Amino acid sequence: MSALELQPKAARPELVTDIRSLRADFPALHQEVHGKPLVYLDSAASSQRPQAVIDAMVHHEQHDHANVHRGVHQLSHRSTAAYEGARGKISAYINAADSAEIIFTRGVTESINLVAASLGQMCLGPGDEVLVTRMEHHSNIVPWQLICQRTGARVIPAPITETGELDRDGFTACLNNHTKIVALGHISNALGTINPLQDLIAEAHETGALVSIDGAQAGPHLRIDVQALDCDFYSLSGHKMYGPTGIGILYGKHALLEAMPPYQGGGEMILTVSFEETTYNALPHKFEAGTPNITGAIGLGAAIDYLNAIDFDALAAHEQDLLEYATSELLQLPGARVIGTADHKASVLSFLLGKIHAHDLGTVVDREGVAIRTGHHCAMPVMDFFGVSATARASFALYNNRDDVDRLMHGLRQALEMFS
Amino acid sequence: MNELQDLYREVILDHNRRPRNFGELKDADRIVEGVNPLCGDRMTLYVKLNGDTVQDIRFKGTGCAISVASSSLMTERVKGASLQDTLALFEKVHDMLTAEEFDESANIEELDKLAALSGVRAYPTRVKCATLAWHALKNALTGTHDEISTE
Repeated sequence: MSALELQPKAARPELVTDIRSLRADFPALHQEVHGKPLVYLDSAASSQRPQAVIDAMVHHEQHDHANVHRGVHQLSHRSTAAYEGARGKISAYINAADSAEIIFTRGVTESINLVAASLGQMCLGPGDEVLVTRMEHHSNIVPWQLICQRTGARVIPAPITETGELDRDGFTACLNNHTKIVALGHISNALGTINPLQDLIAEAHETGALVSIDGAQAGPHLRIDVQALDCDFYSLSGHKMYGPTGIGILYGKHALLEAMPPYQGGGEMILTVSFEETTYNALPHKFEAGTPNITGAIGLGAAIDYLNAIDFDALAAHEQDLLEYATSELLQLPGARVIGTADHKASVLSFLLGKIHAHDLGTVVDREGVAIRTGHHCAMPVMDFFGVSATARASFALYNNRDDVDRLMHGLRQALEMFS
Repeated sequence: MNELQDLYREVILDHNRRPRNFGELKDADRIVEGVNPLCGDRMTLYVKLNGDTVQDIRFKGTGCAISVASSSLMTERVKGASLQDTLALFEKVHDMLTAEEFDESANIEELDKLAALSGVRAYPTRVKCATLAWHALKNALTGTHDEISTE
């Protein structure tokens, strides 16, 4: 054995495998609501942030803030380095080929609006089709409807099944040579279904369509590799993945972003301006008009650092355990019905309890300190498909545990008693 | 649990379980849709007028206990009332649910059973559930829109 082999391996920090230890990192979880310790089961709407994210944002505000890409002074330099550093972290995290492929946006909604408006303007015309699915969030339906109204194209919804999965044959049947864009959610926010993206993207590409992925719900649960997926666009929201609100990204393949027209005009996105001709800045700046959300981007970068330190196999095992435990406990309650029973599901549990309206469930469990989401989850076509106007939804994040599930069940039993 | 019982009083639970005046009104002369975009709930209100009087009123749709009970209590109360009294009652109930200051005891006689809705005041996220039917009613009597929203 040579001396070289006796050296310790290159300094790669150990990944966190004890997921239960992470709860302590989230200050907002350590409080009482209505006199009871808070149980936060609404992370699919917005997750809480770890102290490291809060600290990174406060540090920037207190020490480094200045506008980016503008000044020659020291603070502008620091601010630019931190902002572009965050872009680099996200680019590496999702395995983009190049950080110019990462556009900062306000979140997935703005990312999809950008793709729809810019790409749609470039490649949609009368008779063309944009294929979505019936399980999409309104954010992955309405931007496409808007551009289709302007261009004469049509939005086609691919069917879903009673279990809340994409109807695979139905999807294939919807693809044809008029399909120019396929817009898919990675994970359904209302049902938890994880779509088989690799397969769907390959099939869409075979028919010549471009593929845009809404990754809002995948960010906190899955490691994303945009090159392995071979998607053309991928959108993420910071606040669903332990970062701040008001910041997210659009990933796009370089050649496509290069070819697409700007989405908004203003500062930052230009090279030269005159009244005769304006030339646009290079990627990614072409799509970042105006002073960006600098502190938000830095917070998102810190959230990426946080996620990077976690063993995602351990995370998946933790979250699947919570989903299975919660599902089996729930189904012991009289009249319980789970909406969304796909085989491959993220830790999102959408349900009904007898005839009790979701809003009433939400209010009763809130008084027990348990926060769940109630309503249509911005997915009215999903609600229509299952013949309901609203569901209750408990979503489980890395900081939840089995005690949280027990507390939810206790609250639900109170509701059953009250409305019996 | 006690605070919750102030919201879900027995009267509310009873009207949710057995809503009064529930279903379509075939010969209605005003039909208004009410939508609560927060939860996607929809209700339809049917009103039949006879001159200056609400001769008959019914509702249908899906909703939470607060919204169903509010609709049920409202229809029970205003059936047979004059337009003027009904609109005055709208203002009173609206104040009870949303005004910063409201003297419940001074209005207790006039509100009668509707006072059961006053617990909603302490639940700002649920106020719109209680006001939906009342906005639909006001619109049916005075408005020109056939669909109203709580937003």
